[in-house]
This record gives sequence, C-alpha cells and structure tokens, in this order.
Amino acid sequence: MPGITREEVAHLARLSRLELSEKELDHFATQLDDIVGAVARVGEVAAEDVPPTSHPLPLTNVMRADEVRPSLTPEQALAAAPAVEEQRFRVPQILGED
Amino acid sequence: MTAAALAGAIASGEASAEEAARAHLDRIGAVDEKVHAFLHVDTEGALRAARAVDAKRAAGEKLGPLAGVPLALKDLITTEGVPTTCGSKILEGWIPPYDATVTKRLKDAGVVVLGKTNMDEFAMGSSTETSAYGPTGNPWDLTRIPGGSGGGSSASIASYQAPLAIGTDTGGSIRQPASVTGTVGVKPTYGAVSRYGLVAFSSSLDQAGPCARNVLDTALLHSVIAGHDPMDSTSIDAPVPDVVAAARQGREQGIAGMRVGVVKEFAGEGYQAGVEQRFREAVEVLRGLGAEVVEISCPHFTYALPAYYLIAPSECSSNLARFDAMRYGLRVGDDGSHSAEEVTALTREAGFGDEVKRRIMLGTYALSSGYYDAYYGQAQKVRTLITRDFDAAFAAVDVLVSPTTPTTAFPIGERVDDPMAMYLADLCTIPSNLAGNAAMSVPCGLAPEDGLPVGLQIIAPPMADDRLYRVGAAVEAALTDSWGHPILEEAPSL
Amino acid sequence: MGLEVHVELGTATKMFCGCTTALGGDANAQTCPVCLGLPGALPVVNAKGVEGAVRIGLALNCEIAEWCRFARKNYFYPDMPKNFQTSQYDEPIAFNGHLDVEVDGEVFRVEIERAHMEEDTGKSTHVGGATGRIQGADHSLIDYNRAGIPLIEIVTKPIVGAGARAPQVAKAYVAELRELIKALGVSEARMEMGQMRCDVNLSLRPHGREKFGTRSETKNVNSLRSVERAARSEIQRQATVLDDGGSIVQETRHFHEDTGSTTSGRIKEEAEDYRYFPEPDLVPVAPAREWVEELRAELPELPRVRRKRLQQEWGVGDHEMQSALNAGAIDLITATIDAGAPADQARKWWMGELARHANESGTELDGLAITPVQVARVSALVAEGSLNDKLARQVIEGVLAGEGGPDEVVEKRGLKVVSDEGALTAAVDDAIASNAAVAEKIRGGNMGAVGALIGGVMKATRGQADAKRVREIILEKLGVG
Repeated sequence: MPGITREEVAHLARLSRLELSEKELDHFATQLDDIVGAVARVGEVAAEDVPPTSHPLPLTNVMRADEVRPSLTPEQALAAAPAVEEQRFRVPQILGED
Repeated sequence: MTAAALAGAIASGEASAEEAARAHLDRIGAVDEKVHAFLHVDTEGALRAARAVDAKRAAGEKLGPLAGVPLALKDLITTEGVPTTCGSKILEGWIPPYDATVTKRLKDAGVVVLGKTNMDEFAMGSSTETSAYGPTGNPWDLTRIPGGSGGGSSASIASYQAPLAIGTDTGGSIRQPASVTGTVGVKPTYGAVSRYGLVAFSSSLDQAGPCARNVLDTALLHSVIAGHDPMDSTSIDAPVPDVVAAARQGREQGIAGMRVGVVKEFAGEGYQAGVEQRFREAVEVLRGLGAEVVEISCPHFTYALPAYYLIAPSECSSNLARFDAMRYGLRVGDDGSHSAEEVTALTREAGFGDEVKRRIMLGTYALSSGYYDAYYGQAQKVRTLITRDFDAAFAAVDVLVSPTTPTTAFPIGERVDDPMAMYLADLCTIPSNLAGNAAMSVPCGLAPEDGLPVGLQIIAPPMADDRLYRVGAAVEAALTDSWGHPILEEAPSL
Repeated sequence: MGLEVHVELGTATKMFCGCTTALGGDANAQTCPVCLGLPGALPVVNAKGVEGAVRIGLALNCEIAEWCRFARKNYFYPDMPKNFQTSQYDEPIAFNGHLDVEVDGEVFRVEIERAHMEEDTGKSTHVGGATGRIQGADHSLIDYNRAGIPLIEIVTKPIVGAGARAPQVAKAYVAELRELIKALGVSEARMEMGQMRCDVNLSLRPHGREKFGTRSETKNVNSLRSVERAARSEIQRQATVLDDGGSIVQETRHFHEDTGSTTSGRIKEEAEDYRYFPEPDLVPVAPAREWVEELRAELPELPRVRRKRLQQEWGVGDHEMQSALNAGAIDLITATIDAGAPADQARKWWMGELARHANESGTELDGLAITPVQVARVSALVAEGSLNDKLARQVIEGVLAGEGGPDEVVEKRGLKVVSDEGALTAAVDDAIASNAAVAEKIRGGNMGAVGALIGGVMKATRGQADAKRVREIILEKLGVG
C-alpha cells in the first residue's frame, strides 16, 4: 500500500473542503499515514468469497405512502441561515457551473 | 435515589416532579463548574416539563413509569428550540426546528430533560476531549477522562446531576464512558432505537441508548426510547423485548442455566492488570450465579478496530459534508472576496477540530476511486466475518462477556494527539457496532492499582437485549451485595 | 452520442420526505428537516417514486432489478442540501432496455443502459451579474422547494451509426420518451418547466478510425428543438476543432437557446471523484416479481402503438404523424377531436396556426394559452359558417392574448361573418362600380377575375364577409354562371 504523502493530504483536503494550513498538512500527513498503515490490515483476511456487509440489518423495501406531511414554515427553514434575502438562503458567489 | 424510586415517589405524590427538577438543577449549579458535563442547561424547559407532569398527576391522569424523572441528553440529539451543537464550533448556536424521535418519546413519557451534555465533537473520540467546548472531568478523578464520546452523559449521572442520561454509541460511546465512570450503559440492538434526530456520525453504526446508575433504571429508560419509528428506514418493526422484566428477573431469580462465553481475544497485551483481575472475578461471580461459562474464540475480532476506522470515517466524511456554511451553523470568510466554495472550506477549517478533520480525510481517502476496494470494500468484508464470528458464538452461548475497555480512565491530555492510542479504548466495544447486536457495560469493581471503575461488557444477539438486562442485573445484585453498597458510593465527593 | 434524460416524477410528495411537490409555492415553504439536510434528519423512500421508476423501466423494455440499493454521490454544491445526492450507482432499478424511434420513416432502436432513481436539487438565482447567469454574479439565492423531488435518470447506451442524422435521432428519442412518460402518467414531462431535462454527450469518430474521440457533455438542454440544435452545433464544433488539427477537451458545455450554440463550462482542475457508497440510511429496494408483473400488465397502450392506431383513424401519412409527434401535438390533437372537432381540422389548427405561434414565442405547443376544447370550438364556429379561416385566426390570436374563450373573443372583437344580404349586395355593387374593367372581363367569361372583385368586397367588409356568398352575388349581378 502506498503511504499518505503531503500532496495526498492536500488533495483529500480539497475534496473534503478543508482549507488546511501548511502546518496541518505536515501534521495530518504523518498521522494519516500511521492510521492508514494500521487499518490496511483489513486486507489480510477478507477473501474473494466473503460478501460485503454494508449494513447490519437484513431489511428491504421500507417505504412510505405518497402522502403530504406539513413542511416547516419558511421562517423555521431560514431561521438558522447565516444570510437571507428574498426568503431565500443567501450564499456567496458560486464558482461552479449552472 | 434510583430513577425507579423517584418515579414512584412522584407518582404517589410523596415528591413533586418540580422538586425533583429543582434539586437536580441545584446539584448542576453546585458541581458542574468542576465536572463540566453540561453544554446547555435548560432550566426553564425542565421546570415547565416538570410542572406539566405534576399537573397531570393532580388531574388524576396515569403517569408513565419514568414521568417526572430528570434526564441529561447528549448534545448529539436534536431538541426543538434548545441548542444542539454536537460539541462542535460549527454548530455553535444552532437551534433545531424539530425534536429527534428519542426526544419526543422522552417528552411524551414525562421525562424531564435538564439539558444537553458534553461529548467528543460529533461523537468522534473516546475521552470527551475533542469537544470544542473543553473536556469533561471524570467524577472519580477530575483530572481523568470520563470516557467518550458520551463523557458528559456518564459524568452527569456519576456525579448525581441527573439520574438518567441518553448516549449514542457508534464504537463504544455509551459503554466505554459507563465503564470508566462506574455507571451502566447500553447500546441496544441496531435499529431498536430510532436514529431520527441523532446527528449522524456513522449511520450504519450509530445507536442511541440509555445510561443510568443501575440496571433497572437503564431498562426503564430503554423501554421508553426503543420501538419502531417510520421516520427511520433502518428502524426495526418488531416488539421491543421486555427489558424491565428481564432486569427484575435477573435480580430476583439470577441466571442459573444461562450459557456465558468469555471472548478469548479480549485479553493480554494492552490490558491493565487490575482490569483483567476484576473481569476474571466477575466471571467467577457469573459462575457462582449458576451460569455455565466457556471460552469462545472470535478470531476476526482483532480486525474489528481497523475495519471500524475505515467504515466510520467513510460514512462520516459524507454525513458531515452538509456542514458547509450555506443553510445553518458557522460561516467564515463571507466578506465579498470569497466564493461559496472558499467560504465552505474556510468555515470547515475553522469549525471542525483535528479529530473530525482526520476522520473526514481518512474516510474521503477510503472511498476514493482506486482505494475503495482495498479499504472500504475490505472493511465491509471484515464486517461479514465478524458477524459470522458472533453467529457461531451465539449458537454456543446466550451472551458473551469481556472487559468493556482495556484500561481504566486515563489522564486528560495523555492520548489527545496520539490517535492510534486513543482508538484502542474502543477495542472491545467495536465488534457489536459492526455486527449490530446489543451490548451493555455494568460496573464490576475498582482496579486495585488506581481505584478507578472497571466495566464488564455483556454482549447479546440482535433483538435479545433482554438478556443483557437479566445478566447485568444478576451480576450487579451479587457484586453490590458483596461490596455492601452501590459502587458510586466509593467515589470521592465533589 | 449518449443521452441522459432526467424526468421529475409527478408524485404528490418528494422522494425521501413528505413535503409537497406542488409548483408555484412560496420560496422555501416546501421544505422540512429531511430535504433541507438538517443534522439528524433521515430519508424514507416514497413508494410511489419506486413504482414510477419500475413503470418507466418496464415501458422501456428494461429488466427490473430483483434487489438494488441507493448510493450516495458525494460532491459539494450549495443547491444540494446534504452535499451528496441520494442516487443509484452500480445497482440501478431498471437496466438493459430499448426504445424504438422513427426518423424519416425509418425505425431506429435506441438501447437503454439504465433507468435509476435519484433526487433533484434546490434552485439557485444568481444576483448581481449582467445576465442572471452564474458568471459574474455577486451572490446567489437558493430556494430548496425543488430539493428532493424524485427524478428518474434514463441513460442510453452509446448511440452509434446515426452519423449526420444523430441530431434528428436525439430529438426523436427525446420526443418519443416524453410521449411514453406522459402516456404512463408518471410525469407531465414539460420540458419548459424543467420536468424533463436532457444532457447530450457527444464524441466523434473520424473517418477511418476505430475509436471515438474525447466526449463533451452538454447539460440541461431544455426543449425538444434544442436537443436537435445542441447536438448539431456540438457535432459541428467538434468537427471544426478536429479538422483544424485541434483536440477535444473533456468538459461540460452549456447550450444557449439564443445563439443555438454551446459554450465551455468550467474545466475541472481535478477529475470528479464522487466516492459513491451504499446509502446507509436506506435499506435495499427489492421489487417483488408478482408486483412487477402486475405493473407490466397495467401498462397503458404505448405511444408508438397508439400512434399507429391514431394515424389510421386520422387518415394521415407517416410524415404528418412524425411531425405531430415532434411537435408534441398528438395528445392535443386527440383531445381536440374528443372535444368534437374533425380530425383534419384539429390537426390543421395545431400543426399550422398554433405551431407557428409556438415557434414564434419559443414555447412548446402545450405551453400555449389555449386548450383543445377552445380549438374545437373555433373549428365548430368555422364549420357552422360563423367564422371563416381568416377570422378564426384572429380569434385564436385573441385567445392566446388572454382575451377570453373563442366566443368571448368573437364578441369583444366583433368578429362575425357578414351574411346580411343587403350589406353584401351593397358591397358587391360598390366593387363592380369601382372596378368596371374587371366586371367587363368577367362578363366576357374570364372567371379568373372574380377573385379580384371578391377581394374588394372582403376588404370593404374588413374580411368578415362570407366569401362563398359574395361570389354567388357577383355572378348573379353580372349575369354569368
């Protein structure tokens, strides 16, 4: 298994939207490298024929009827918003695509 | 006084719920400056709820078995109109517009919520030190950790600030704090208690559960919060086992004929001598109570920790993505010079602590294309193997036992920047989260070398939560008899 | 070419919560802890959403999964409350189907790779930019009413071999799919309202090469006409780049209705890594086989079959039928016939006058402010002689302008065929008197000149005369015929 480099941490931070400081990059690189080294042990046991378990419960088809329930009021929905304008969540300029 | 006795006194009119609430609020006022179990005390809300119970009684209405009893709620559980921070700066000041199902059930049962308890940030930790609002002290020794992530909940009951508390357990966050504070804590079967309104850390592992100073109180609280909830797709739609009856049965009739398996893998290197000693003695107590004790090997349990530290971070990296400064919570850098993307990254950088950042990045890594199969995929296979180990074990025995945690409470600060050392605290508790079965920690004495509490972990198959209570109550009764008093009476006064 | 079509299902509630999906509500008035992604909230699957997905899958001749899961698609975007989209990844509910479409009378089989369930995002309004577009905007406002509305994403396998006809195939496929969705009753599939949206992925294979080149993705092409235009313009753009020796960049492109061309979106610094994993808050969906068969048995007459039947009933050719399909007119014509209009009239109005209006105003036919019942009424007024075609066109104009129903417009505008004999005779006399030379020609047997006199009369009566009767009077007066 490849170790976790400083560059890798920078990439993970971008994907995770964390504006890490230079110091943190070094710090986390060391720690994450240690942790990944330790958890990589999972590769030792699980063989091809072992099915994965993504969830502890064997349930299927849990659904609800298509019936309308009361929504929050716009005041409730917006109460915690950092900024509001025209009854909408006001957010800074979005750089992505429209 | 136990919660059961207090509820009885309130129901009979010997005491009022308001008096009970005031007494506990006074206790909080007197000692919580030292313990720091609470992040938010809802004095007005508690008194209002207590008066409502008293009014109900005065009107001759029948009260539930815990009506009027105060409770401390982990700050991971949403409370309408009352702040919910999850121990994180990023949610500082957030007031949810809705109640978690657990909160709702407690309110409906007349349980009086005193406030919200301290915890490791977003439940990520084993010491309550990763809370953005400072650590909680262990009432047995305020310089030591109260366990985590639910250290605030356990410390609150160990210091008599509340008779009951709710925790959540993703890798041991109810049981490990119970173990190191000399209290009882149960992680119910996954799906037994609704997760609706529990701020998600790792969705496939998280489970809320009861904490109290004795097994019967824990059972009473368990039966209030458990049961099917249509708002949680992973909620089990089946009757809740009668845990209260099981606790009474264990205390009164013992456990003769029950088969108990000692997990072979949870011993040896890394285990404190005094912990192992008290554990061995507890096993002898079980044998003395008529249980048939055998050693059971669960060979894949040694892989539980690495599997957990892939699965939980993976799920958390996704669950915590919603904290982006757009709809609620902290927003940093919105000065017109930063884009939404930058504001999100600046806010998450400022709002999350180191442990949360570590886990988010670890999970992001484990789910990345190219690494998914080797990490997340393999961890899920380990999960299957661990479940198989449990299945085989429960074919031979009714319950499994182990120490809850390898050591007693360690000093605050000791492991805070050594994640791998910190993670070892959950070594014995994690397998049950991965497999989804039920487990309890019940006090089994004080380690001779440091005089700090040791917990016995009891593990039962899924939906057999009642077995925990039967065995737990039997062990508790026998040990309390032998000590001559409940273990918490040995704790220093604050 | 590959096409990805998103269809918003017409369920009463959102995919994972009980908020209403009704249109036109106040901003952020149709949200709850679940669709706002509040901490602690959990999704529960809307059974009707699953049913809609299965029905679409069956109608597209897909296999229906015996067991499938939702997955989380992780990426940050402010209009997505949880910063992951609950979608399906490698386990779609429906897969391996096909849809036959017709282009120029030839059947083209479009293979369907998958149809899967997911949820819509909120809606952003960009403030402060010159054009309301995201570029140059100062900030954005988000309304989460749309967040969580069920979407079915239908993905084709690569459509190869259509060559230059690819744009027509694309349009015909989307048109056919829209008819199918509407026939199933799972969505109104109104493209102009975003209920059906199309992404067009295109790559070219230069002559003599075996492999296709790099592809571009053109997003959110939101009308049938645009599907064809976007495909055509993107093919031309790529061909030009390749001919000039350039290379195609893998990127997202945006189609602009006004210019009919695409422009480059942001090229990502890093490849997308959505880190899909099974959604732990939901349990698998395992449609029971009996239920799937019940749904299969209840499928409505499929549009192609229905069109064949209607084509016979209407007595029109393939080409006319195809035009009606592409114009989205089939249901409108059918409804107009049901309201009492003869087939040829119903078709004539929708495909002629109304299609022209739709084209001019850049909307779809079903977006016009006139109902099939109103069109049938116009047709009836013509049949009974109260209106002629010219007047009927004015009535339609009036209805579209919001002046009321056909009868109201007739009343308000005073549009009525003049059939008063006295007035007509007087108008004919005037016309003969002022066109003596023409009258002479007619008397001399030149019947072709009658039109000129009729024209004069029509002009004098502002078009409201009954042209047939005018002709009769002229011939009477001039003693011919």
